[in-house]
Amino acid sequence: MTEIIEHDVLIVGGGGAGLRAAIAIAEADPSLSIAVVSKVYPMRSHTVSAEGGAAAVIRPEDSLEDHIYDTISGADWLADQDAVEAFVNEAPREMTQLEHWGCPWSRNPDGTVAVRPFGGMKIERTWFAADKTGFHMLHALFQTSLKYEPVKRYDEWFATQLLVEDGRCVGVTAIELRTGQVRGIVAGAVIICTGGAGRLWPFTTNAAIKTGDGMAMAYRAGIALKDMEFVQYHPTGLPGTGILITEASRGEGGVLINKDGHRYLQDYDLGKPLDVSDPEHPQKRTMELGPRDKLSQCFIKEQQAGRTFEGEYGHYVHLDVTHLGEKKINKKIPFVRELARNYVGIDPVYDPIPVRPVLHYVMGGIHTDINGATSMPGLFAVGECACVNINGANRLGSNSLTELLVFGARAGQEAVNFAAAQSKPQTGPLEAQVRDEQQRIAGQFINKTGGTERLVTLRTEMNEAMESGVGIYRDAAGTQAACDKMAELQDRFQHVSLDDHSLSFNTELTAALELENMLDIARASSLAANVRQESRGAHQRTDFPPPRDDDNWLKHSLAFRTDDGPRIEHLDVTITRWPPAKRTYGS
Amino acid sequence: MPDEKITLEILRYHPETDEEPSFQTFEVPYHEDWVVLDAINWIKEHVDGTLTYRWSCRMGVCGSCGMMVNGTPRLTCAVFLNEFHPEPIKIEPLAYFPVERDLVTVMDSFMEKLQSVKPWLIRNEDEEKPLEEGEYLQSPAELASYKQFSMCINCMLCYAACPVTGLESEFVGPAAIALGMRYNRDSRDQGREQRQEVIASHDAIWNCTFVGECSVVCPKDVDPAGAIQQAKVESTIDWYTSLLPWTKK
Amino acid sequence: MSKPYTPPMPLTWWNKNTAYRLFMLRELSSVFVALFVLELLCFVSQVGQGEEAMDQFIKSLDNPLYLLYHVIVLAFALLHSITWFNLTPKVMVIRLGEEKVPDVLVAGSNYVACLVVSLLLWWIVKG
Repeated sequence: MTEIIEHDVLIVGGGGAGLRAAIAIAEADPSLSIAVVSKVYPMRSHTVSAEGGAAAVIRPEDSLEDHIYDTISGADWLADQDAVEAFVNEAPREMTQLEHWGCPWSRNPDGTVAVRPFGGMKIERTWFAADKTGFHMLHALFQTSLKYEPVKRYDEWFATQLLVEDGRCVGVTAIELRTGQVRGIVAGAVIICTGGAGRLWPFTTNAAIKTGDGMAMAYRAGIALKDMEFVQYHPTGLPGTGILITEASRGEGGVLINKDGHRYLQDYDLGKPLDVSDPEHPQKRTMELGPRDKLSQCFIKEQQAGRTFEGEYGHYVHLDVTHLGEKKINKKIPFVRELARNYVGIDPVYDPIPVRPVLHYVMGGIHTDINGATSMPGLFAVGECACVNINGANRLGSNSLTELLVFGARAGQEAVNFAAAQSKPQTGPLEAQVRDEQQRIAGQFINKTGGTERLVTLRTEMNEAMESGVGIYRDAAGTQAACDKMAELQDRFQHVSLDDHSLSFNTELTAALELENMLDIARASSLAANVRQESRGAHQRTDFPPPRDDDNWLKHSLAFRTDDGPRIEHLDVTITRWPPAKRTYGS
Repeated sequence: MPDEKITLEILRYHPETDEEPSFQTFEVPYHEDWVVLDAINWIKEHVDGTLTYRWSCRMGVCGSCGMMVNGTPRLTCAVFLNEFHPEPIKIEPLAYFPVERDLVTVMDSFMEKLQSVKPWLIRNEDEEKPLEEGEYLQSPAELASYKQFSMCINCMLCYAACPVTGLESEFVGPAAIALGMRYNRDSRDQGREQRQEVIASHDAIWNCTFVGECSVVCPKDVDPAGAIQQAKVESTIDWYTSLLPWTKK
Repeated sequence: MSKPYTPPMPLTWWNKNTAYRLFMLRELSSVFVALFVLELLCFVSQVGQGEEAMDQFIKSLDNPLYLLYHVIVLAFALLHSITWFNLTPKVMVIRLGEEKVPDVLVAGSNYVACLVVSLLLWWIVKG
């Protein structure tokens, strides 16, 4: 039985971006029916794990110009400046909107919203809800979305493929997990908000669900993945698990020290350290409040110099917040304390926390314009799965949560406009596409026996190749090896067979589909890293050391899928008022 | 010890072949720093790919991986094997919920209950502050008065600890009522009266017999039992107030 | 396909763990407290009928079974009071600015009040 479900607008992904878009659509036109398809219940989405905060200019002494400049310089000039400008301009309104929807922002004594310093930002502009900002934002959005009747959720439906009719995106096929049935969900416009792909790497802050499904769906439908060589390592994750210790711990005054007790960042052109008792500490855009790419790179240099600790799970340094005192730690970063106590048995009130860089965020993603529109009519993308691009070669901490809101709202509005201007899709011809997809999944996975490969083997090999080839420092040989490995793994993936041949809630099937998605993206990411012959932001090539090469590489990369692997093209960066300049911190 | 083992007894149920659940035993390598979820993942990856359960963030904030661990509802990403080793660990789906498959429960009624308390900020029609005028002011003390109730991750451990949810399927339950109270307590909210319809009903607070276990098992110290009792006191005061001759009817 | 399994709720659910058993005892305690209140009402009514009736009532209680019964009633009354005293901080949340008054203080004030009232009664009775 083929079933087609019809809506006016379809959103794939129920995290921060998807929910913001859904609300934007419901408010723009209450007569539209909106579908939110998500492989997990919305409150399980990875937005929930974001900790430190969300940036928007609010203080009178701050300025939009400064936020724009911080973002562009943080991005090592690879961000599109028109997009950054729109983002920064709309950020305060969006953040206030979330306040009006009940988000429990931390407050100043006078009742106004409090802001904290963050890495790479010139002034305090990061709104926060203690250190569970993402959690509170997601729950506020989810709970608010419940009041809009036109929003119909398809929780625990796994989208597998875009439905395309005459070059226009008109929906997706999705597996209803509890029955295992593949259904078509058809709509006048589709917005992908499926998050990043941190699970390509073995050591990541990212949740298990971050497998780049939406990126892969768009990529396979012929849309380019942009700037996939740029991935962010967060400088402070717990060894072993990779659990995130928020940048807010440094924003509140925490310091990084090596095994000699030395605040090593001062040796890497990030400014002079102030004593932690100095009222000026922590200094903005300096030392521990430098950008994430540089801090992670400093760690590797320290490790190479033999000045890091060595433990069961590799090298690490210390993040010391003891001087903040129990009261401040409990008030400002209670989750840091909870996580450190639970997962490494250390109470940060009394002892420094062991930390090391950990894969955190994929700057690249589905190529979109400033409104979230992709090159395929009817298809939009928002959030970590998309690349607008405001993050360039390195995202500043606390910009991504705001990005979900600003571009979620924008894409929602654009999708409404698009759907209104188009005729309703014809469902008849789509039934065949849905049937084909059901047969493909049945043939390739559910009914298949006698395969020789296990998912875990392939996934582990993919993780290892990404870590060694497409990590903090790269070179031609390593990235090439990763490309070759992904091609090999894609071949071997054809020989996967599953233990689980049933339809009911088959999570081994979804794991297989996720791995298939990740291999596609991993291949694009490693080739993009191989092709870009310069060092910029988070993309550091040891064979093409800094400074960056604006003459040849001030441009985005676009990876297109072909049957023989990705093809890389290039696109100019939009430069408006901020000509490329030297990126300096700590002066 | 690298070759030490630990035994997991896992309740399995397959809707396509089983009439009712039964236990299956797995031997898992013992690592002192593994959580129960690590052991379950190891089984799925290396021994039996059909084992079915939910998980995601593995840092105690997404709320997916709640299960009964030796009879107590716990987040399996936050329970270490060393709490039990060398004794075996019994893993079951969250109590009082219908089971979809193995350790996956049916959440439909929980989601409906969450929605029923109107968990969003409600303002009187003419009292919405325009966005241009900025945020609603809220003092740190006002924030503190509801913050605890806003920490719920919807993991449903409290439902699995509450016998009333097993006895009365209509019981709105701890997490949902606490969420309603979270908004009632919020100084920006004006929707208490609308929520009282559900919260002050027989199916909500008056079904609670104050076993108190919901607050004991809550991994985020939300204290839903407290929220419910406070709602009872307030609703009782409402009722007495309504009897007073000068109260507007 | 979807065919959820709904686990049955056994009649012995209250015997599943210590917390449930303690809860049932607390619930049961109200029965004993109520019985004692009835007894007290009877006693008051006898007192109203004169000294002889009162003496006879007291005498009728003068046997080991009644003593045992009263010990049990006392135990339940104590259980009832203690469990409820300990639960008051959940019901009565007192805030001073951002800080919550600690649970120990809220529960402790119950015990103090109980002690004061008991002493007062004892003082009145002993005259």
